[in-house]
Amino acid sequence: MALANPHIRATVVEATEFPDLARQYRVTGVPKTVVNGTTEILGALPEEMFVAQALEGLAGRDTGADGGSSTP
Amino acid sequence: MALLSDSDRLKLQEVLAAMPAPVRLVFFTQTLGCEMCLVTRQILDELVGLSDKLALEEVNFILDKDKVAAYGVDRVPAIAVVGDTDPGIRFYGAPTGYEFMSLVDAVLLVSGGSSALEGEDFSDASLQRLAAVDQPVDLQVFVTPT
Repeated sequence: MALANPHIRATVVEATEFPDLARQYRVTGVPKTVVNGTTEILGALPEEMFVAQALEGLAGRDTGADGGSSTP
Repeated sequence: MALLSDSDRLKLQEVLAAMPAPVRLVFFTQTLGCEMCLVTRQILDELVGLSDKLALEEVNFILDKDKVAAYGVDRVPAIAVVGDTDPGIRFYGAPTGYEFMSLVDAVLLVSGGSSALEGEDFSDASLQRLAAVDQPVDLQVFVTPT
């Protein structure tokens, strides 16, 4: 996904080495994907479902938690 | 002491030989207070030794503040998988177990560039959704070595 669009970043985090992050996102099982610190996807999903769920949160977020509209 | 078995090393060499383009692994590390940094360095040294299309660049997390900021890294050990551009793929933690194969996958993907996307991995619907993204999307995938 990160390759597909320059706005997308993907970080793999080894949960046992970074327990603070694992705690912050309440990681009790892996894999767990957290999108923009809010949307959570548990487990490994079929590709199309994963992409849809990961990007779903964006469409509905008119308030723009990350700062709203950006000026180029 | 080699971390990979001989047969694994051979298999990996074959897999990496198919890389269309060179890839750089930018490795963020620090000398003190990071046990897993040494382990990561060993793993990366071994991986990079398997292909001349794979290069390792080490960045000191404490001293090289500009690079750390440029890559958006906030902890160590960290690895950025970079081709001729930076697609924004990062690994935090020593790439052991499951994470090692994910790292190899990332290397191959970055090496293949956009042609890798048109393979079997993404449906047309997904490709459309991905192309439409115009705001930052930060995906954090939590894994464990086993």
